[in-house]
Amino acid sequence: MASQVSSPDDQAIPGGQRKPGKEIRRLDRVIIRFAGDSGDGMQLTGDRFTSETASFGNDLSTLPNFPAEIRAPAGTLPGVSSFQLHFADHDILTPGDRPDVLVAMNPAALKANIEDLPHGAEVIINTDEFTKRAMAKVGYDANPLQDGSLSAYSVHEVPLTSLTVEALKEFALTRKEAERSKNMFALGLLSWMYHRPTDGTETFLRKKFTKKPQLAEANITAFRAGWNFGETTEDFATVYEVAPAAAAFTPGTYRNISGNLALAYGLITASQQSGLPLFLGSYPITPASDVLHELSKHKNFGVRTFQAEDEIAGIGAALGAAFGGSLAVTTTSGPGIALKSETIGLAVSLELPLLVVDIQRGGPSTGLPTKTEQADLLQAMYGRNGEAPVPVIAPSTPGDCFAAALEAARIALTWRTPVFLLSDGYLANGSEPWRIPEPAELPNLRVDFATKPNKKLEDGSEVFWPYLRDPATLARPWALPGTPGLEHRVGGIEKQDGTGNISYDPANHDLMVRTRQAKIDGITVPNITVDDPTGEATTLVLGWGSTYGPITAAVRRVRGGGGQIAQAHLRHINPFPANLEKALKAYEQVIIPEMNLGQLATLIRARYLVDARSYTQVTGLPFKAEQLAHALREAIDVVD
Amino acid sequence: MSSTESAKTPSQAEQTKQVEQTKQVEQTKQTMKDFKSDQEVRWCPGCGDYAILAAVQGFLPELGLARENIVFVSGIGCSSRFPYYMNTYGMHSIHGRAPAIATGLATSRRDLSVWVITGDGDALSIGGNHLIHALRRNVNLKILLFNNRIYGLTKGQYSPTSEIGKITKSTPMGSLDAPFNPVSLALGAEASFVARTIDSDRKHLTSVLREAAAHPGTALVEIYQNCNIFNDGAFEILKDRATADEALIRLEHGQPIRFGTDHSKGILRDPGSGDLRIVDVTPDNEADILIHNAHAPSPATAFALSRLADPTTLHHTPIGVLRNVDRLVYDTAMAEQLDAAIEHNGEGDLTTLLTGTDTWTVVG
Repeated sequence: MASQVSSPDDQAIPGGQRKPGKEIRRLDRVIIRFAGDSGDGMQLTGDRFTSETASFGNDLSTLPNFPAEIRAPAGTLPGVSSFQLHFADHDILTPGDRPDVLVAMNPAALKANIEDLPHGAEVIINTDEFTKRAMAKVGYDANPLQDGSLSAYSVHEVPLTSLTVEALKEFALTRKEAERSKNMFALGLLSWMYHRPTDGTETFLRKKFTKKPQLAEANITAFRAGWNFGETTEDFATVYEVAPAAAAFTPGTYRNISGNLALAYGLITASQQSGLPLFLGSYPITPASDVLHELSKHKNFGVRTFQAEDEIAGIGAALGAAFGGSLAVTTTSGPGIALKSETIGLAVSLELPLLVVDIQRGGPSTGLPTKTEQADLLQAMYGRNGEAPVPVIAPSTPGDCFAAALEAARIALTWRTPVFLLSDGYLANGSEPWRIPEPAELPNLRVDFATKPNKKLEDGSEVFWPYLRDPATLARPWALPGTPGLEHRVGGIEKQDGTGNISYDPANHDLMVRTRQAKIDGITVPNITVDDPTGEATTLVLGWGSTYGPITAAVRRVRGGGGQIAQAHLRHINPFPANLEKALKAYEQVIIPEMNLGQLATLIRARYLVDARSYTQVTGLPFKAEQLAHALREAIDVVD
Repeated sequence: MSSTESAKTPSQAEQTKQVEQTKQVEQTKQTMKDFKSDQEVRWCPGCGDYAILAAVQGFLPELGLARENIVFVSGIGCSSRFPYYMNTYGMHSIHGRAPAIATGLATSRRDLSVWVITGDGDALSIGGNHLIHALRRNVNLKILLFNNRIYGLTKGQYSPTSEIGKITKSTPMGSLDAPFNPVSLALGAEASFVARTIDSDRKHLTSVLREAAAHPGTALVEIYQNCNIFNDGAFEILKDRATADEALIRLEHGQPIRFGTDHSKGILRDPGSGDLRIVDVTPDNEADILIHNAHAPSPATAFALSRLADPTTLHHTPIGVLRNVDRLVYDTAMAEQLDAAIEHNGEGDLTTLLTGTDTWTVVG
């Protein structure tokens, strides 16, 4: 379904003409959080609202937040699942700090989220679930709807469950079955409040329940009932409009995309642009599995997905496929990287292209499987035996995962090396509008395989030396099995420069270690851009990966308040951009916000002897813009 | 390239390539020498690995495969140096992981003949998981497991096939853990081809390799291999003419299972338990002696045969092909899924994929 942002009013409105008497307020941005039990369908509700909002043409950013348990005990605090969406008529960078609207489907959802709300926020509460027992379960001694504890908020008490059941009484459903559609009732109500297009959701529901048309109709009925409820009831006196963010977007065709989807598409695109078949060796792990799921759907692109017996076999199979000439990828999260380390080292030694995708999550060990963190950076940089340098790149937004996958492939294929791509749970599950690239914008990733002997021996015979390097890149030739005359053996034992034969010679080992390092150090990466509009800032804030959104939002706030601050963001962490040192040393102070305990700061300090300051958070959640802005203001004040 | 050639589908091109390669091989007639690399072989003098290397180099020419289409992948251990000595493509990888690496290569390059060289520590200890899953998947791999019942490269610790009570550097009072029987293990892991042979019996070794090479799917060949430094004589009972007749049970498909001096012993199925037992062959029971059927759909009898061997003394060790059945081959099935996906959805179109179904346009 395509729509033009210029004509949102073309969208169908189930309730027909808007009833007179409702006040219409125009807002520039809104943050909504849907919260309920793990089984209440909050992620689906959020996804649908996001899709409606994307097709309306707002800029948006999302933050799904759910427990690791598939169904934690019902009605408990650990079982609360939420989905936050920030949408606006201008470009935005984060899912927002504090929700303007909270939809709380039960007491646990209210209790777990109320403290995040600013005073005056709207709270829509499903009163049906506020039974004594349910409230006691989460430690409410008194009913929060009655004890005045919510007086700072604008509370809408809506019996969502019973209204849904009532709306569906014509359907031959049990009460329990009917209750399941309450999330669609809530979605309908919110869609009415924010004037969202609804065609997409109805089409979606019909498609989702193709085999159970009655359930499709029941859900659509609940959805429309929610809309009509808003339209009819006196309790909701205001509807809001958030205009499309036409000015925020460069011209083009857009879609909404999550980080894992963008990453999967980037890998398929890299395969097409290189002409190499894509091979993914992977073992299921949160939050990386969606990449495996997505790629497994696209076998008509020649994509082979191999669900291995373990993490080690996942990367092993990928490395075997790389030896055979595939664009080889393994996807995992931090614990999986720990298991793959030895094979990554082998790939360094074999000098074969291999993409190692780490969708980082909270650690150490199992840590926080469904939460985000950036604490695998040093593991990616150094987590192997011996001197085993590996390029590291990191996407900065969900949509940027697409371009990062192409860049990782470029480096791997050109320099014949494993490459780390460090995404994280926030990028993986978060989503944003993404401009679909034109075919002409995509890079050429074609590879030249070795086809003939490359060395003439003294006796005049011509032979193939697998470690005779390209003098410009120091990459070794990639000779595929099946090529006559280039039969050769590679392995993890140190090899003689040039011939690749086993060598324990001390000087040769020294040469090979230094050469492998020089190859990675010599990878050409784009220079870093410093954003310093006035040129008068004395403090530079430097980030990497998924902190781009929160840092940029915080920088805007600082500047909006008259502060001077420069900003730079790293995509390439190994090797660093050539101009990074100069950029860092142009400022009196460098501050590095990270979702770890200062891993990039450690690298920067060691490499450039710059006294960088760390600002860190490891809550499993992204930085909040205001909190970060506060930290940046304090840092500036210290210098000034 | 002519226009007709460029119109070929990849599978046609692949077939043509194979035909051309076969032609080329016929023209050049590869010999054992063609499969020897220029590298000096560095196993201990007297090691059983030399005999296996010679047997493999000697039999490969008869497969009619161009050497560039053959890949040897190994793990870590003495035997895993094997690929360096083969003038084919090869990878000496890391400990235990060769089956996983070979799986990726074989599933993505079905035009190659992929061989895994591994040992008892490599395949059954550190790489046990990959071995059983390769067998279960039935990828087109030929796995040669050199079993010397000891860790050689790390200088003599007991291995997962060492007999209980083995005195080694790491077990001065004797090892405590029961050994794996690799053939039993493979059968339990749903292997479609399982065989056992001995390094010093060139003829038997070659015949087993020949059958393994012809098998579509994963073939596991356990090769008893003497480590003359750390476990010398481990298989002597099976090699010494004085004892071999009584200790060794040679299996041949379609033949009654008999062994011993003058074939005086045989295998009977106990009608009560269904288990196998060893009997003296008499005119009364001769007709009931078990006929070996490597193609039996059930692995039960093959498993029972594998259990006849005494894990400590190796008495009554069956050799030959215990199981050889056809089963869905993983890489073939994967290729068929790719073809089916193209048939149903057409060749993937990047623009369609990236565009998806929900878009909006921003006009400049």
